Amino acid sequence: MLVDIKNLRIAFTSRGKRFEAVRGISLSLGREKLGIVGESGSGKSLTARALMKLLPKTAEVTADTLRYDDVDVLKASERQMRKIRGGRVGFVLQDPKYSLNPVKTIGSQVDEAWREHKRGSAREAREATLDLLDQVMIRDPKKVYASYPHEVSGGMGQRAMIAMALAPNPELLIADEPTSALDATVQAEILRLINDLVEKRGMGLILISHDLPLVSHFCDRVCVMYSGQIMEEMAASDLMNAQHPYTRGLLNCMPSLMHPRDRLPVLTREDSWQEETAR
Amino acid sequence: MLTTFRTWALDDTPTSRRQAAWGRRYRIWLALRRNPLAMIGLAIVIFFGGLAILAPLLAPWDPAAQDLAHRLARPSAAHWLGTDELGRDILSRILYGGRVTLGMVISIVIVVAPVGLVVGCVAGYFGGWIDTVLMRVTDVFLSFPRLILALALVAALHPGVQSAIVAIALTAWPPYARIARAETLTVRSSDFIAACRLAGASPRRVVFRHIMPLCVPSVIVRVTLDMSSIIITAASLGFLGMGAQPPSPEWGAMLAIAKRFMLQEWWVALSPAMAILLVSLAFNFLGDGLRDVLDPKQN
Amino acid sequence: MSDRMIEVEDLRISFSSAEVVKGVSFEVDRGETFGIVGESGSGKSTVLRAMSGLNENWDGRILFNGEAVPKRRSREFFRKVQMVFQDPFGSLHPRQTIDRILSEILLVNRIGDIDRRINKVLADVALPRTSRFRYPHQLSGGQRQRVAIARALIAEPKVLLLDEPTSALDVSVQAEVLNLLADLREEHGLTYVMVSHNLAVISHLCGRVGVMQHGHMVEQVSVEDLRAGNVSHPHTQELRRLSVGLEDLQDA
Repeated sequence: MLVDIKNLRIAFTSRGKRFEAVRGISLSLGREKLGIVGESGSGKSLTARALMKLLPKTAEVTADTLRYDDVDVLKASERQMRKIRGGRVGFVLQDPKYSLNPVKTIGSQVDEAWREHKRGSAREAREATLDLLDQVMIRDPKKVYASYPHEVSGGMGQRAMIAMALAPNPELLIADEPTSALDATVQAEILRLINDLVEKRGMGLILISHDLPLVSHFCDRVCVMYSGQIMEEMAASDLMNAQHPYTRGLLNCMPSLMHPRDRLPVLTREDSWQEETAR
Repeated sequence: MLTTFRTWALDDTPTSRRQAAWGRRYRIWLALRRNPLAMIGLAIVIFFGGLAILAPLLAPWDPAAQDLAHRLARPSAAHWLGTDELGRDILSRILYGGRVTLGMVISIVIVVAPVGLVVGCVAGYFGGWIDTVLMRVTDVFLSFPRLILALALVAALHPGVQSAIVAIALTAWPPYARIARAETLTVRSSDFIAACRLAGASPRRVVFRHIMPLCVPSVIVRVTLDMSSIIITAASLGFLGMGAQPPSPEWGAMLAIAKRFMLQEWWVALSPAMAILLVSLAFNFLGDGLRDVLDPKQN
Repeated sequence: MSDRMIEVEDLRISFSSAEVVKGVSFEVDRGETFGIVGESGSGKSTVLRAMSGLNENWDGRILFNGEAVPKRRSREFFRKVQMVFQDPFGSLHPRQTIDRILSEILLVNRIGDIDRRINKVLADVALPRTSRFRYPHQLSGGQRQRVAIARALIAEPKVLLLDEPTSALDVSVQAEVLNLLADLREEHGLTYVMVSHNLAVISHLCGRVGVMQHGHMVEQVSVEDLRAGNVSHPHTQELRRLSVGLEDLQDA
């Protein structure tokens, strides 16, 4: 069991008002692929960050259980967390434009990620990096190694981010909207790449996205979040049999090339969904 | 009455532009209020401002009245801050001096900020040769060392408050142009400006009605932070005898004369020095607070 | 009065030394909705911006209602052709109330009756009157986009150019906005040109689609043909395949 979360709550206080962004989330993950789907404001990204203790101090994080493998995240020190972050858990974030350091070459950044957790010489790092760049299907690793982030395409930048995330050989990969900033053609390739690498290395994957069909294509299980809670959880293959009206609503309101409709059904948000369901 | 204003301003669904605008201003004020240093700064500024305005009512003595029998007297019940080398009451001179110093600073800022704002916005929006010409002009004025140019100007014209104001203003406006231009460049290509152009707004309208209001917060912050340096420059000019002329009281000039007696009759120098220090510090605190509050990211 | 609302002939646009749009031609009939689909860098948004008058650096001919338009457009042009931008955060002036934002085009053109027009357009886009004097940061993404649509409609244009109007919105909000756009098109007899990278969204609103790749419009097809797979250009096929592939899951 890589991730064990029970009754996670995250609250923020701003200008005297307390706002609960995540209200009692429970989920667990082994060496499998979990998709967390939700619209903006659902709390999906916050959940992943809370797991890595990456939220600002102003956030109140409470849970019955918040464990990464054998580490109790709630009680862990910053030093312990730093060993986990990067080394045992890799991150791929949304826009490579903002996640890659614009003044350093791609090669040097992947090197750094490797050396941070592997402790080798500069030459060993470079060899490992070139190998990683090859693994993420970059056709000319040496050229990309020497390039700066702004000199490569979005898809290439994202591959570099994946290489950085995988350099220390982590057990779990958390990908937060990894393809939202990319074109459709590249999106599919990147997700397939993540899928292959995760399977080949026997890693766990948490894929966070707003795109329900996309996530269900690449994950074993899917959690649907709304307003800080999990509305429904199911096997990806069962998506079409989703029970919860929110999930059904989300699926129904998407336009379709093959099944045109005059009017798209609109998701009417029931107030009852806001109520907390004890899980 | 205050609570009705508060509820009216903080109303979540305003029903007029005035109400919405006041709501915004009030929220900014509330945010500023939470910053203790900024409030201290504001209090000091208001305090000194009040003293300066009410000087004729508050000053116990005529600031030019000499009393050579009681020169360099220690602070006492009659002269709260003592007397200077000609027996003039220091407290009264500080109060009237405040009028001179603060008056100079305000006159400078009132001209300098709008000019810089316009130059910067026009340069930033139109680009091309307009930008080049305006920015080179700005560079020229920016490269003059402020005090030396002020000295030269004042010497060429004639020493006095007006010349000092002109001299300082000429070197103080370039940073505002730079700030306004930088802000304009960031917003120039935004969609909401594109939408204004699509409404058929002329370039003049886009710059004056849509872009300038966005640059105003940065300029306000810069003004408050600049106040301290302008005060010190004005005081320096006075110190060098180039600003307000005797017998007109001016903090810098007072400090210049007092330096002769600094070791024995230290109180003569202390008052003008503290006045300059406190007001500059106050504007700095206020400026920092305003920057935190007017930063659009906070909204 | 021609039936052709919009004609674009051999449009060429270059930025610095690179040619970004390399001779694009298409026509849009009155009341039609024409979609332009392509990936980033294909030049689709550049074409739209040149049509709108925002970009004055183009070669070729652009005709609206049979009249060729000059590079610099007049105020009358902007009353007839308006644009809705992609990013609801960036397309509204952060320091102006909704009321002020909506008034701009009326003020510039000295159109009277501002109050009534604002209230009407707010109702048209289903925004409550209470949002009239709010600032953009007090509204949600979907509401902001409605304001952007209201702003485009308030001067009663004939043509609406839509640049990825729903790409930045949540799926549920997107559905509402797409429905709104369809309703407004009926009510006001508008002609739309819509740019998107999402084939499903384009096929929902549009009758015909132009596919762009690397600055060329490589194919123009009707949405029916696209659906049925009657497409010839490999890029179109690729885009269609990807879109259909995602949907297959929904049917599986």
